[in-house]
Amino acid sequence: MAAEASKMEFGAKAHVALNDPKLRANFRRAMDGLMTKRAAQFADEAEWNALRARGAAARANALAKLPELLEQLEANCLRNGIHVHWAETTAEANAIVLGILEAAGARTVIKGKSMVTEEMHLNAHLEKHGITPVESDLGEYIIQLAGEAPSHIVMPCIHKNKTEIAELFHDKIEGQPYTENVDELTAAARAALRGAFAGADAGISGVNFAVAETGTLVLIENEGNGRLSTTLPPLHIAVTGIEKVLEKLDDVPPLLSLLPRSATGQPITTYVNMISSPRKEGEKDGPKAVHLVLLDNGRSRVHGDTELRDTLRCIRCAACMNHCPVYTRVGGHTYTFTYPGPIGKLLTPQIEGLDCAGDQPHASTLCRACADVCPVQIPIPDLLVRLRTESVRPTQGQAVKGAGSSATTSETLGWKGWTLLYASPLVYRIGTKMLGWFGNLMPSSAPMLKQWTSVRTKPKFAPKSLHELAREKGYCDE
Amino acid sequence: MNSPRERILARLKAAPQTAAPLRPDWAPPAYDASARKAKFKAMLEASHADVHEVTAADWPQRLKTILANKGVGNMVYAPATPAGRQLADSWAGSGPELLAYDRPVEDFKEVLVAKADAALTTARGGIAQTGSLVLWPTSDEPRLMSLLPPIHVALVEESSLTDSLAETIRVQGWASGMPTNAVLVSGPSKTADIEQTLAYGVHGPKELIVLLIGKD
Repeated sequence: MAAEASKMEFGAKAHVALNDPKLRANFRRAMDGLMTKRAAQFADEAEWNALRARGAAARANALAKLPELLEQLEANCLRNGIHVHWAETTAEANAIVLGILEAAGARTVIKGKSMVTEEMHLNAHLEKHGITPVESDLGEYIIQLAGEAPSHIVMPCIHKNKTEIAELFHDKIEGQPYTENVDELTAAARAALRGAFAGADAGISGVNFAVAETGTLVLIENEGNGRLSTTLPPLHIAVTGIEKVLEKLDDVPPLLSLLPRSATGQPITTYVNMISSPRKEGEKDGPKAVHLVLLDNGRSRVHGDTELRDTLRCIRCAACMNHCPVYTRVGGHTYTFTYPGPIGKLLTPQIEGLDCAGDQPHASTLCRACADVCPVQIPIPDLLVRLRTESVRPTQGQAVKGAGSSATTSETLGWKGWTLLYASPLVYRIGTKMLGWFGNLMPSSAPMLKQWTSVRTKPKFAPKSLHELAREKGYCDE
Repeated sequence: MNSPRERILARLKAAPQTAAPLRPDWAPPAYDASARKAKFKAMLEASHADVHEVTAADWPQRLKTILANKGVGNMVYAPATPAGRQLADSWAGSGPELLAYDRPVEDFKEVLVAKADAALTTARGGIAQTGSLVLWPTSDEPRLMSLLPPIHVALVEESSLTDSLAETIRVQGWASGMPTNAVLVSGPSKTADIEQTLAYGVHGPKELIVLLIGKD
């Protein structure tokens, strides 16, 4: 994600998405299904409240002790035989992964689903250096065939319907007949990917939780591709953000109960992998070397603000986007960056800078649906308001990247005028009188009105102010 | 401060300190013995697994019948485990062909990837709340057995069932030492990536057969 150029294009992209009936139908169907399934999982409100309080505390605890826990995680991983690497930027992380692969002479890589590697644009980097990455999660495989980015962090190809996938497979997989049968499409992907698994020189995966206490990487999934990517090839590279650490193994069960239930409405995912070391002496399978890459990419900066730090509690369940009235209508690609929806518009501007993605915190109705369903109680709407404020008026201390970049002279002058108007009764009376006389002559294309009136009727000024009407009625005590 | 590691840690340590919150009380569900077994079976069946109640003595013959009905031609097994020995003794050359996973994967990959119809593993435990099998693969019973063949058969003792993962971690003392790989398995491999439509066996087994060995 190059931060040089501003990518403030949410509004224009949203306009296009809103006028795409196929895209809207695909998202509507998917989100309705996910919301219904999640609601069925948390029918017992007392259980939900107790569980999420525990889950939120486990994450907040980890963030309060983050540097110590990362050091403990590193020490335990090293003791277990897992190599640990640290990267400040995505460029550094890409170089580390490429270096490990080149040192091992790897040419083909099988990938389990990982949003952090999407954040790094790792596939493009590897391809540029002659290494072929193959995505093995069915959704990721589909979008890799289509040359697209994920539109959802749990269900990456949710923007496509089965007709589009049937055409894609027929087009891209040799000898694949056109079929809309989901079992047949799934079988085609299984057949196509089996060879890729067997021949891969390395597997790359993400991490859901990294347990400091034992040096264990927890990876959850339904398909078995995560297990295959981390078991069959001789080399496994796990990539994670530094915030994914947990203090104790005991913190895993409550979060593991929250994550799949919030994400897809399943009581648990089919597979929960807990990886603690490479293949040991005498063991017959498993990778001979395991590497863990810890990526910062702005997270330590987010961590430096005790309020915004709550952003890092996220366990990437996607419940916030599934329930967001904005995301549901415009889809994930509208957000341009890797993480869409409420958590995306909170996280992206902090990582990329408000000067680059400062329009995103505004893409919210602040309806609080995201906060209501967040399993780790991230106050997303409150933090979005904080970012809106930061974008025009930086706070003291550790500033958000790009803070103050949206401040304009005309707006500053506008608010100064407003202050003046409201501080002086005389100016206020003259001002409202003038607006009553001349305000309605202002065309809706006037600079301050143009955006507002693009989707709304221009407000009409009343000929008499409330003060005047009150006085006429005989109320003399203002 | 010349390494990324030092710079990252320095930034994190320079951040304002906040008190680590207390973890509030939370209790995962608990069941009595009969409800535990019923919940374990119901949850596994809801995840599309077949559960058969067997005894410690009759399971090899029961399994032979189950596999014969499915037309299974061969099965990967672990020859050095007690269950593997019992199976080989009981079948004594009858039933599906037994393929021993007794060498490194590098020499056994073709069988696992392309030839095997099924594989048998034991489970270290079962979790009632979610209908999950707890597998700790070993050098005798490697990881890929429960993953590559289209049918995974798992043996689990009723006496090893727990109510929840939290209980399993506590009673089995996981925090004092984790194996190379521990895995919870709750049903056959599945996906809903195409229009939220469930499809089984996308990468791992299409079928999961659980043999639940009674307490007697």
